[in-house]
Amino acid sequence: MGLQGKAALVGVADYKNVRKYTGKRKFYLEQWAELTQMALADAGLSKDDIDGICCSSIPESDLFAPATVAEYLGLKVNFAEMVDLGGASSVSMIWRAAAAIELGICEAVVCAAPGIPIPSNPDRGPRDPNRFYGSTSANWGSPQTEFDVPYGNVAQNVGYALIAQRYADAYGYDERALAKIAADQRTNAQGNPKAVFHGQPITIDDVLQSKMVADPLHVLEIVMPCAGGSACIVVSERLARKCKHRPVYVTGCGEHLTTRSVTYAEDMTVSPVGPAAASAFGMAGKKPTDIDVLQAYDCYTITVLLTMEDAGFCAKGEGLSFVNEHSLTFDGTFPVNTHGGQLGAGQAAGMAGGMSQPVEGVRQIMGRADGRQVKDCNTALITGTGGIMSEQSVIILEGA
Amino acid sequence: MKNESDNNALYQRPQPRPTPTSEPFWAGLAAQQVRLQQCDDCAGWVYYPRSHCPHCLSPNLTWQDISGEGTLYSYTVAQQPTAPQFAGEEPQLIGVVELKEGVRLNTVMVNVSPEDLEVGMRVKPVFFQLADTTLLYFEPS
Repeated sequence: MGLQGKAALVGVADYKNVRKYTGKRKFYLEQWAELTQMALADAGLSKDDIDGICCSSIPESDLFAPATVAEYLGLKVNFAEMVDLGGASSVSMIWRAAAAIELGICEAVVCAAPGIPIPSNPDRGPRDPNRFYGSTSANWGSPQTEFDVPYGNVAQNVGYALIAQRYADAYGYDERALAKIAADQRTNAQGNPKAVFHGQPITIDDVLQSKMVADPLHVLEIVMPCAGGSACIVVSERLARKCKHRPVYVTGCGEHLTTRSVTYAEDMTVSPVGPAAASAFGMAGKKPTDIDVLQAYDCYTITVLLTMEDAGFCAKGEGLSFVNEHSLTFDGTFPVNTHGGQLGAGQAAGMAGGMSQPVEGVRQIMGRADGRQVKDCNTALITGTGGIMSEQSVIILEGA
Repeated sequence: MKNESDNNALYQRPQPRPTPTSEPFWAGLAAQQVRLQQCDDCAGWVYYPRSHCPHCLSPNLTWQDISGEGTLYSYTVAQQPTAPQFAGEEPQLIGVVELKEGVRLNTVMVNVSPEDLEVGMRVKPVFFQLADTTLLYFEPS
């Protein structure tokens, strides 16, 4: 049962992350076409090889996104999927693509996550104040509209702060260790010219002296939104042999979610990473010590901490000392988010932030991570987190 | 197109809009009474209000008056407004309270200074009037 490791990532593409984008604006459909063309070229495949797509929502069409994308790109596909799992969407796209390929219904699936601003709409209506609620729904009938929003528990900062505060009470809080996650990842970003904070290293003290946004979260422990976007191509073993680079097989996967609002999580300090990672490890026949690099979804420093604990890299409650005992840099004893993560490279809009982690995992295993290459990198664990530790997806990647 | 005054109205504090299912909860708060649904079949407590019990999916739920006492499960002190609609209220003391019945809910902590907030502190309800609805806030007990 489970993935047999017979589908491989063979090509990736990404835009440079930009904080204040002044370049040409592009529709998501246009970015889909461009990113697909770039990823195909990277793999050494052609458009006609593609027979599957995995997308997330696109602003051009509230419904029927896969058909809209397929038509725009001129694709004939046997597998068309839209994933709606927030920040976990990209990782979930990849395992769904691998599963569809192993099922034999398609051979090459493009997964893309655009995040460059679209052209201004000349017929733009009145400004919708609900946009300030981030991913929190303010729609009629949504439990969040009725029981979260009126109390000011909106968007992401509050929820992650609630988790961090509860964690502090349960296990103690070493703010320097959490700040070290941001600082080490920022060091990694210095090897990534596409990172928004390339050329801007920071120290633990910089993090702790940055503005307190929602106690105990400082602004430098929170992702910086930016423009960007990325894509990858998953193919069958047969096609993988034709491609230019070392194939990166998807050997394990897992997914777990229970709540949308973290308020109702059984235990705020225990994330859905646990069951998702256990599934992925079991399927791949791997254990945490087999992992050469962790690319962990990192909307906040606390997200990375919980991910390391709940995936089993250290025991529950020992994450802070684990961080202090290890260097998380690409040349350190426990490399994490070697591209800088979203904390160091920026969180591209749409669902694109979460695609940066698998793309980096692929580059590391292919040996194409340039100035931030992890030595002898063969196995990576990649996580995607949606909402407030809500949707959770994990994949394990292994080089051929 | 909206004009400026409409725009100001849009930025007022968002109010809950009771649904047919949740209306007894909000009516209870307006009468200074906290009510929860309890499942007739598995005795599980239910929050927020639902059509079916999230423990066993039974549709047989009965409203019960409760004390509203509980403990502070977690909190944050938001130094900048969590949305423009909350501007001027910072620092916002946003809490999650666990009621004696075991359910958790979002709230705002009042009659307490930020530095005195503590996970696990005992709290009791404060019925806070916001325009034409009553919200369930909490204070130390």
